[in-house]
Amino acid sequence: MTSAVITEHLTKKYGRKTALSDCSLDIPAGHVVGLVGPNGAGKSTLLQLVCGQLNPTAGGLTVLGGPPVTGSPRIGFVAQDTPVYGSLSIDDHLRFGKHLNPSWDDDLARERIERLDLDPKQKAGKLSGGQRAQVALTLAIAKRPELLLLDEPVAALDPLARREFLQGLMEYVAESGTSVVMSSHLVADLERVCDYLIVLVKSKVRVTGEVEELLATHHHVTGARVDPEKLGPGRTVIQARHTDVQSSLVVRSTAPIDDPAFSVAGIDLEDLVLAYMSEAANGRDRVLEKQR
Amino acid sequence: MEWWLRMIEFHLDSRSGVSPYMQLIQQVRHALRLGLLKEGDKLPTVKDVVARVAINPNTVLKAYRELEYEGLVQPRPGLGTFVTRTLGSDEDLAAHEPLRRDLEGWLAKARDAGLDDESIEALFISTFRRFSAERAGRRG
Repeated sequence: MTSAVITEHLTKKYGRKTALSDCSLDIPAGHVVGLVGPNGAGKSTLLQLVCGQLNPTAGGLTVLGGPPVTGSPRIGFVAQDTPVYGSLSIDDHLRFGKHLNPSWDDDLARERIERLDLDPKQKAGKLSGGQRAQVALTLAIAKRPELLLLDEPVAALDPLARREFLQGLMEYVAESGTSVVMSSHLVADLERVCDYLIVLVKSKVRVTGEVEELLATHHHVTGARVDPEKLGPGRTVIQARHTDVQSSLVVRSTAPIDDPAFSVAGIDLEDLVLAYMSEAANGRDRVLEKQR
Repeated sequence: MEWWLRMIEFHLDSRSGVSPYMQLIQQVRHALRLGLLKEGDKLPTVKDVVARVAINPNTVLKAYRELEYEGLVQPRPGLGTFVTRTLGSDEDLAAHEPLRRDLEGWLAKARDAGLDDESIEALFISTFRRFSAERAGRRG
């Protein structure tokens, strides 16, 4: 499988603040990739590096087999808050898109606008959040890009608009096979939409891989109070919570855990992501404890 | 009945804890068991499914491939994916009735013993799991 994006020790600093730290990724093509993490984790920075809007401080990256190119016709980018020009009509936007992009598919764009029941003469500033997001998506996919980058496309939308946006996006992916990288701090939608996951916390990559494989190798383990260290080799405890009588762990293990002392259950994507996020928080606490 | 009238529609329950991939497979198997889908019926196209339930197209493809592997459906290039056999013969359905009566008798006993719904469910599921695990262990 070819790679859509490869990053090697990619680092971006704004002054003394590190936005992205030593990030090495190999994102396979033909996937819908969920880029997840809390606000300020570095998701937008990573996407802007990939589409060439930012230059790395250290490390390097390859996008679609070459260096990142600003405004590349091969990449569709929908920035956060789905920017459109408020005083221009939808039709103006489509004509600009056609003018600026050699690979522009005008039929696809106009058919999408019509199916969304939008009036091309409508000023973009008068659209609802959901409609604006749909117009921004239309502009991005009418370029017929090989890679579609979406920065928090559904964060500001109500549940119905969110569902409609994702339906349109998935329909396009089904007919085009375009690679998609989509950042979000809403994990709930990702399990159905994404087949590849990157969890980014505090400027670092915590975990990455095919969703199916991640779900198959992570387990909820509960039982009488246990020492996480004694779980055996090949098992990593991602998250541990203890009461006096019971331990509740999230464990990464390729081999099944068949110790009768534990009750083992599967995990959904949301719990998996949250476990990695809280792992990061606990790590910091442990350091603080040591200093005392 | 015409095939397009017997096309199933998928739905996803995001709180079920069952993966979207598994839910699609289960819904087709379920429809086959209940006779809602029969030999020659067409499954919705991948594009139709994703446009309806907002799901990754690879998930639908994978579910259809698994159903094909199980011998339940067959893709016909350019036409779609078609059901090739039904699940659950008349004999199977005939066996259901006495088993259901046994189970109802057991449930009545559990009630008489003072168990509430949750306890009955927990007891049934834990026994079922242990039984299945023991059977699987004996085979392996």
